[in-house]
Amino acid sequence: MAAYNIKMPCMGEDVYKLRIGDHVTLQDALFGIRDATQIQMFDHGRETRLDLTGHAVIHTAPNVRRVDPSNSCPAGYESVCIGTTTSMRMERFTRPLMERNGVRIIIGKGGLGPESSQAFQDLGGVYLAIIGGTAALETTWIKRILDVDMDDLNPESLWQFEIADFGPLLVAMDSHGGSLYEAVNLTARERRAAALASMGVET
Amino acid sequence: MNIDLETVEETAKALYIRALKVLPDDIKQGFTRLDSSETDATGKSILATMIDNIEVAEETDNLLCQDTGIPIYNVTIGCGVEVDGWGLKQAIRRGCARATREYPLRSSVVHPVTRENEHTSCGIRVPVINLDFSNVADELEIEMIPKGSGSENGSFLKMCIPADGIAGVKTFVIDRVMEAGGKVCPPTIVGVGVGGTSDLCAHLAKVAATRELGSACADPEGAKLEAELSAAVNSLGIGPQGLGGDSTAFAVHVEIAATHITMNPVAVNIQCHSARRARATITPVGVEFGF
Repeated sequence: MAAYNIKMPCMGEDVYKLRIGDHVTLQDALFGIRDATQIQMFDHGRETRLDLTGHAVIHTAPNVRRVDPSNSCPAGYESVCIGTTTSMRMERFTRPLMERNGVRIIIGKGGLGPESSQAFQDLGGVYLAIIGGTAALETTWIKRILDVDMDDLNPESLWQFEIADFGPLLVAMDSHGGSLYEAVNLTARERRAAALASMGVET
Repeated sequence: MNIDLETVEETAKALYIRALKVLPDDIKQGFTRLDSSETDATGKSILATMIDNIEVAEETDNLLCQDTGIPIYNVTIGCGVEVDGWGLKQAIRRGCARATREYPLRSSVVHPVTRENEHTSCGIRVPVINLDFSNVADELEIEMIPKGSGSENGSFLKMCIPADGIAGVKTFVIDRVMEAGGKVCPPTIVGVGVGGTSDLCAHLAKVAATRELGSACADPEGAKLEAELSAAVNSLGIGPQGLGGDSTAFAVHVEIAATHITMNPVAVNIQCHSARRARATITPVGVEFGF
């Protein structure tokens, strides 16, 4: 289990070396994306002016306050509370997000499925698990909201954050087919019969 | 006792913000209990970060979780309380919208077809307002629950039949907890409704999921089910965030209702570890806040 510090954007080699169980801390840049953002991008062909090549996206829709643009709030938004949502709803967007927009890293909670795992293997990507429901802590890792696109979808806009020491995050799915979620799922399936038997239910 | 609707509006606003920031003591104690019994290294480190987040939220006066949820207000009207019922519902709605605009909170509520967000946390039939009555004199109680979507998406109903027996109910709960995995932000409170009609059964699952930790089902058969299911769920190894460990659920809570001779319904509603709720009691003396 290794620990890595990665400056964003990153290269393929930064991602290929990561294995499930490793820890990663990200620096500099991070993009926020969510259901509505990706439905617009991939089901309705909407383009974003933001360049996601080699970048990390986090499944989020933040609490923000509108303010006059300034150096600390260049996009006219101050962060209130920024956290993470359940990733699995966005499973079918992993491949296009990587293929069309060049995204390398997806950060979320609860994990992604086999389609995403295949995309990570084919295109060189990883899923980093953040701890869901710990947004107060996560907010302290974000320095500024630098830019926002598709803001008519607010709060499900495409957000660009400036970050410092964002993590540690756990490599939960890697580019070699590894998935901590699949391993846990297998354990649960193996233990199901015993769990039911403990309550007098035969399988 | 006459209820002043301006007080209700201010209380509804304050309750939403308070619920999002401060976790009830029973949940904090639940974390301490799980942290001391967790044997998996990853699980233990995740629990430590969750406990750290509770402290950071209080220190920075910030929200615990970004998900402001679907706002639910459970109102219990004591005897001797005189209140304009329609006015009460409108006052709660105004308080909810003001919390969202004035704090400001993320409005997580959209029209289900157009997906349009009014940015008030309100919409058709939302906030959810449940009304009940009690025999406590001169007291109006409002409980506020911001129900997060990650765990609300872990909601299931099955109209089992009598031939499925209680075994069908138990199997359904185990299989749905496995299906939900890490998506519902474990450790969770697994709420189970047993019996009633389909809608009552689903409602009871939510009552169970949002009940105080350490409380037990009033019916002895329900309480027995809670103990059995709690142990069984935590033997699956799903663990905090679905990344492995013993702490899959703080507890399984069960609520029951009588049902039809041909029916055996079971519902599951899951509450994530950010098990937020806030309570206000309005009496002739004033407003008292708690959990």
